[in-house]
Amino acid sequence: MADIQDYNSTPKYETFSYLPAMSPEKMRRQIAYIVSKGWNPGIEHVEPARAFSYYWYMWKLPMFGEQSVDTIITELEACHRAHPNNHVRLIGYDNYSQSQGSSFVVFRGR
Amino acid sequence: MSEKKFSAGVKAYRQNYWMPDYVPLDTDILACFKITPQAGVDREEVAAAVAAESSTGTWTTVWTDLLTDMDYYKGRAYRIEDVPGDDTCFYAFVAYPIDLFEEGSVVNVFTSLVGNVFGFKALRALRLEDVRFPIAYVKTCGGPPNGIQVERDKMNKYGRPLLGCTIKPKLGLSAKNYGRAVYEVLRGGLDFTKDDENINSQPFMRWRDRFLFVQDATLSAQAETGERKGHYLNVTAPTFEQMIERAEYAKEIGAVIIMHDYITGGFTANTSLANWCRKNGLLLHIHRAMHAVIDRNPHHGIHFRVLAKVLRLSGGDHLHSGTVVGKLEGDRAPTLGFVDLMRESFIPEDRSRGVFFDQDWGSMPGVFPVASGGIHVWHMPALVNIFGDDSILQFGGGTLGYPWGNAAGAAANRVALEACVEARNEGREIEKEGKEILAHAAKDSPELKIAMETWKEIKFEFDTVDKLDVVNR
Repeated sequence: MADIQDYNSTPKYETFSYLPAMSPEKMRRQIAYIVSKGWNPGIEHVEPARAFSYYWYMWKLPMFGEQSVDTIITELEACHRAHPNNHVRLIGYDNYSQSQGSSFVVFRGR
Repeated sequence: MSEKKFSAGVKAYRQNYWMPDYVPLDTDILACFKITPQAGVDREEVAAAVAAESSTGTWTTVWTDLLTDMDYYKGRAYRIEDVPGDDTCFYAFVAYPIDLFEEGSVVNVFTSLVGNVFGFKALRALRLEDVRFPIAYVKTCGGPPNGIQVERDKMNKYGRPLLGCTIKPKLGLSAKNYGRAVYEVLRGGLDFTKDDENINSQPFMRWRDRFLFVQDATLSAQAETGERKGHYLNVTAPTFEQMIERAEYAKEIGAVIIMHDYITGGFTANTSLANWCRKNGLLLHIHRAMHAVIDRNPHHGIHFRVLAKVLRLSGGDHLHSGTVVGKLEGDRAPTLGFVDLMRESFIPEDRSRGVFFDQDWGSMPGVFPVASGGIHVWHMPALVNIFGDDSILQFGGGTLGYPWGNAAGAAANRVALEACVEARNEGREIEKEGKEILAHAAKDSPELKIAMETWKEIKFEFDTVDKLDVVNR
C-alpha cells in the first residue's frame, strides 16, 4: 500500500480546472483561439460557493465581434479587480451552434 | 414457373425495375446496395431484382398489380458502379418513392430495404451501404430527444469532449459495491459513468437497488466536485412496460440520463423511449450491442453508417461509434464519415469517407459519438484530434484498472484530456506532439504520470476487417 497515493477530490469548475492555473501567456493563446473561431467573448463571475449555479453574474455585455485579445484581457482584469474573490470565466459564444464553444475559469476565486 | 402468356407469369425484373435514365426526386429515399450476384446473373437484372424485392415486386406478376399505379410506387434501380478493388460485387443505387413508407417509422423503412430481399436466391450476398433520407422524411421523425447543444447546456460542459467510464466487472457486483465504483470515478473527474449493456436487472443486482445507490453516488460526487455528473441508468428490459417503469423511476429519483440498447431492444422500443425522454427531459445514451453481427462483413449486412442514421431518426443523444484507436473494429476515414452523419446538419457525398449521398438533416439535433473500448491516456491526443469536442470518450479499463483506484485514474484521464485540448487550442499538432504534451502535464499530476507508466506498452494494431473500398480504378 505504501506506493499508492490517496486521492482527495476538491471543488472544480469544469474545463481546464484540472490543470494548473494558466500563465498570462497561456491565457492569451486560449483567448486567441476563441477569437480565431469567430466566437463572441463574454465574461462572467461568481462567488466560489455559488459556482454550481448555471447562471453566474454577467460582466457588462458579451463583446460581440471583438477581435483584440488585449481588449478581452483588459476586461477580464477589470472584472477580476472589481471582484477579487470571485471565479472569473471567459465564454466563447458560438452563435452558429447556439451554444458555448468554450468556457473556462481565467481567475480562480477564493 | 411456367411461361404462360397474357400478363401472368415471370417477367425479367429489368423490364420494370431497371431505369438508368431515372432522375431521383428530392423526396425519394435512396439506397446504395453492394451486390454479390450468383455466377452468370447479369448486373442490371440483379440490381432490378433488388429494387423490386425491396419495394413492390414479387417473383411473378399478379393481376392486382393492375389495380394500382405501379409505376408510381415501384423502387427503381437507376445506377450501377464497380466496387473499387473487388470484382466479385458491384454497387446498385435504388430510388424509392417516399409514399412507400409510413411517416416517422425507421421500422417500416428497414422492413422493406433490408427485408426479404436479403434472402433472395439470385444473390450470394447483399449489403446496404448507405441510405439517403430526404428532408421530407427526416421531418416526420422525432430524432434525438435533446441533442448535443442541449446536453452541453444541461450538463454545463463546454469546449472539450466529455469523459465517461463503463463500470466493471460488467456482471456480478452488488448494487452497493457498484455504486462505490461509480462514486469513485465521478469524484475523480469524469463527467459520466455507464451501466454495462449486459446489466439489466439480474439476480445479483436488481435494477431498483442499482438506481438508488448509483443516484446517491452521483449526487455525492457532484456535491464534492461542484461539477455536473450523470450515470447512464440502463433501462433496457424484457418488455416495453418494464422499460418505461424503469425510466419513470429514474426520473422520480432525479437521474439526468438513462440508456438503451437500440438493436437488441428493438427500434420500436427505442423510438418510444426517445419520445418518453423528450417528454420528460432526460438524456438518452444508446448502446449498439449486436451491431457487429450486422455490419462487420464487408459483403453482407448493413453498414454501420446506416444503423447510425436510423438511430438519429429513431432518437438518442449518445451513440457508440468505435474508437479507431482502441480494441474494437473501426477504420479512420469511414468512422469520421459516420461520426459526421451523427452530428452535423448537412453532410455532402464523400466516397473517401464512405458517404454515398448528400444527407440533409435540417434542424434535427445531433447525436454525440461515443468512443469506448480499450482506450487509455496514451490514446488521448489521437482521440481529441479524431473526434473533436463534440464527443464522449469512455475509459473503462483505463480508469478502473488504474493502480491507485478509480478516483485517481479518473483524474489522470481528465488531466490528459484538458492538456490535449489546451494544446490543440494553442495550435499545436497534438497527435505528433502527444508524448511531450502528456509528459509535460504529468509534471503537475502524479496521477497522470502513473497512468502513462502503467499503459505504455499496450497497443491494438490488428488489421481492420471491414475496410473502405479503395479508390476507384
